[in-house]
Amino acid sequence: MKRKLILWVPFGLCAALFIAFFIGLKNPADHVIASKMVGQPLPEFDAAPGIPGQPGAATRDFKDGKPRLLNIFASWCVPCVQEIPMLIRLKDAGAEIDGLAVHDTTPDLQAFLARNGNPYTRIGLDSAGKAQIAFGSAGVPETFVVDGQGKIIYQHIGVVTEEDMPKLMAMLGARP
Amino acid sequence: MIAEAGLAALWIAAAMALLQLLGGALGLMKGREAAAAIVAPAAIVQAGFALLSFFLLIAVFVRSDMSVLLVAANSHSMKPMIYKVAGTWGNHEGSMLLWVTILSLSGATIALFEKKLRADTRLATLAAQAAIALGFYAFLLFASNPFARITGVLDGAGLNPLLQDPGLAFHPPTLYAGYVGMSAAFSFAVGALVTRNVSPDFARAMRPWILGAWIFLTIGITAGSYWAYYTLGWGGWWFWDPVENASLMPWLAATALLHSVTVLATRDGLRAWTIMLSVLAFSMSMVGTFLVRSGILTSVHSFAVDPERGVFILALLAIYIGGALALFAMRVSTVVEGNRFDMVSREAALVINNLLLSVILVVVLAGTLYPLILESLTGGKISVGAPFFNAMAGPIAVIMMVLLAAGPLLRWRSDRPRMVLDRMAVAILAAAIMLLTLAVFARGIGLLPLLGLVAAALVGVASLAPLWKRKLTRTPLFTLGMVMAHLGCAVSMAGMACDAAFTAENMVSMKANETSQVGPYSVTLLGVRETPGPNYQALEAVLSVRKGTGEPWQMVPQLHQFTDPPMTTNQAAIKTFWNGQLYLVVGENTDGTNFVMRMWWKPFVTLIWLGGILIALGGALSLLGRLQRDIWSARWPWGADKEATA
Repeated sequence: MKRKLILWVPFGLCAALFIAFFIGLKNPADHVIASKMVGQPLPEFDAAPGIPGQPGAATRDFKDGKPRLLNIFASWCVPCVQEIPMLIRLKDAGAEIDGLAVHDTTPDLQAFLARNGNPYTRIGLDSAGKAQIAFGSAGVPETFVVDGQGKIIYQHIGVVTEEDMPKLMAMLGARP
Repeated sequence: MIAEAGLAALWIAAAMALLQLLGGALGLMKGREAAAAIVAPAAIVQAGFALLSFFLLIAVFVRSDMSVLLVAANSHSMKPMIYKVAGTWGNHEGSMLLWVTILSLSGATIALFEKKLRADTRLATLAAQAAIALGFYAFLLFASNPFARITGVLDGAGLNPLLQDPGLAFHPPTLYAGYVGMSAAFSFAVGALVTRNVSPDFARAMRPWILGAWIFLTIGITAGSYWAYYTLGWGGWWFWDPVENASLMPWLAATALLHSVTVLATRDGLRAWTIMLSVLAFSMSMVGTFLVRSGILTSVHSFAVDPERGVFILALLAIYIGGALALFAMRVSTVVEGNRFDMVSREAALVINNLLLSVILVVVLAGTLYPLILESLTGGKISVGAPFFNAMAGPIAVIMMVLLAAGPLLRWRSDRPRMVLDRMAVAILAAAIMLLTLAVFARGIGLLPLLGLVAAALVGVASLAPLWKRKLTRTPLFTLGMVMAHLGCAVSMAGMACDAAFTAENMVSMKANETSQVGPYSVTLLGVRETPGPNYQALEAVLSVRKGTGEPWQMVPQLHQFTDPPMTTNQAAIKTFWNGQLYLVVGENTDGTNFVMRMWWKPFVTLIWLGGILIALGGALSLLGRLQRDIWSARWPWGADKEATA
């Protein structure tokens, strides 16, 4: 009997997978989750400059009174390419945008930014992914909005899309 | 008219598939055996009409008939002929038609040539094949009609610039032949379960089909990797993109299957496992198709899609894969366990090889689907990317290589560890020399590349050992094939490790007449000029390259700016030497006089694809050897029902 039950395991796994696929197909949109990070102070991190000529990013940079967007990204991340134009639009509208590149290298970053554009004021390089863990971030891309006193007011998992723009513009005090 | 004829042919093919399914199902019942007679002819006629439909779609593209929606959306009257033809499958509907056409062709091939299998198992196999085809015909006819008409279009929208490459003509058809060829193994497994016939004979009948599909898959992946390497302009050869992974997963399952089916054929072991892998290999192919066609994951391969189609394909997948796995669960316990073997034996080595391949498969599957699972739980789209895959799959691949060195030198059933080490002495010596050489001359290349090169040396020599003291002319072709495929693995791994360890990279912002260095080459920017292409504006950098004080030569990387759709593509300038490739890319213009140049010197990178070709050639030799032996023993493969023994 036990052997028989084991034989159904592949079927069960496959069924679970298909349910996940189905949910993935049915709910493509809702990118907003109630985050535990919202309301918390920004975790302590201090990341070296990612590319020469631009400063790195650290927790202290987020306490200058101005709301800032912190984008966790990577040059190897395919979806990240998609949101760069959105970030550039935010920047052009006057928002302050900083980046934290995880598991990355300077040459890869340079090529990525040369190819896709560079919306970032500061770019920190988190080559070991330590800061990413401190942020409780599940993957890239992820986006945080910090209020100017070092408190996180918004977390967005995944690609920033057109629908998220009005909200982000408002939070960052930008004018489209 | 051509489009209507194509649609009609598609409907007839679908009807034939239905006939084939019903005939097969009835034929297996007691007292209704007569119905079985219709099955093989139906399979052949079905393939004929599917092929006709596909050729008519090509004809519509060639004639640039803009009253057909698909042509208007994906082609352009001014496009070169090769892209008009290849454009047929450079879109969702056309590629699905290609998919079912290959499916029906593999069904017809089974109907025509498969005479070794027990009659009832063959019948069940053909019925399973028809059931799969029927679902995809329904998908084409009801959700993705390639022949739909449109009015009022003067000329087409053109083909995605990235796809306007000779690679498009070859990469999808070979890959699809591999994907869909796996359906034969799937149908065989279903047939064997239905008729309770899991035996060495069955394994011998199934093996050439697996080999054939696996060869195509290998070629398709190798070609796709090289295509991505030279068109994307990132200098990388594998990006762990979801769709690349979707082609790698069936290959991993098929490679495991190829080895386990040999155990079943030769030693009558691993019965349930072989059936499981047969189901898995094609399931992975279908999941791959689903991932590409549904747009559920973000990938460079996605065509425009709508979720309805995704749900349709998902339902088909649930029926086929779920059905096969349920059948497996119900029937496989009635399959008697096969022969047993020792811990040190060729069977054991093959089992471990299978397990390691499965682990890599699970790693790739988990990494590919993790973003999707996370999305269904939290709603965010993310990517885990290359660092995860490299860190997880790399070490397992190296372990597998060590095993691959020993495996073919082990005896079936039982062997002594001491003897195996003796047989591997030369290979171990080669690995030790490689290790010493690297330790002295190439310190700090990283652990994984180091292990990769040592393992490659080990396998490179050990893979030749089965030929030791053998007359080459009297060695069976399938042994030569195995040797060549294993050598290919070593060659490919050496290429990957060299690329990871020794690549020299330089990214600079250059003005005219400035010189920069990459590896042993110095690159001078002579100038930048704009030239108009047929449907893009090209920015080309004229570079003068020389090694040391040798003769300089010119290389001209281009940047293509397409306006409709707005898109920039890179044409890297690549020069191949015996010991590597020089890869130059021109990037954006930073301020009018400065241009970003990216240059790589990649020692021995070509070995990666050379290895892939060797692996495929080895498979082809093996297949030839098997078929030759079949013909030898049966005289005439499609003649009388004579039992063949390998």
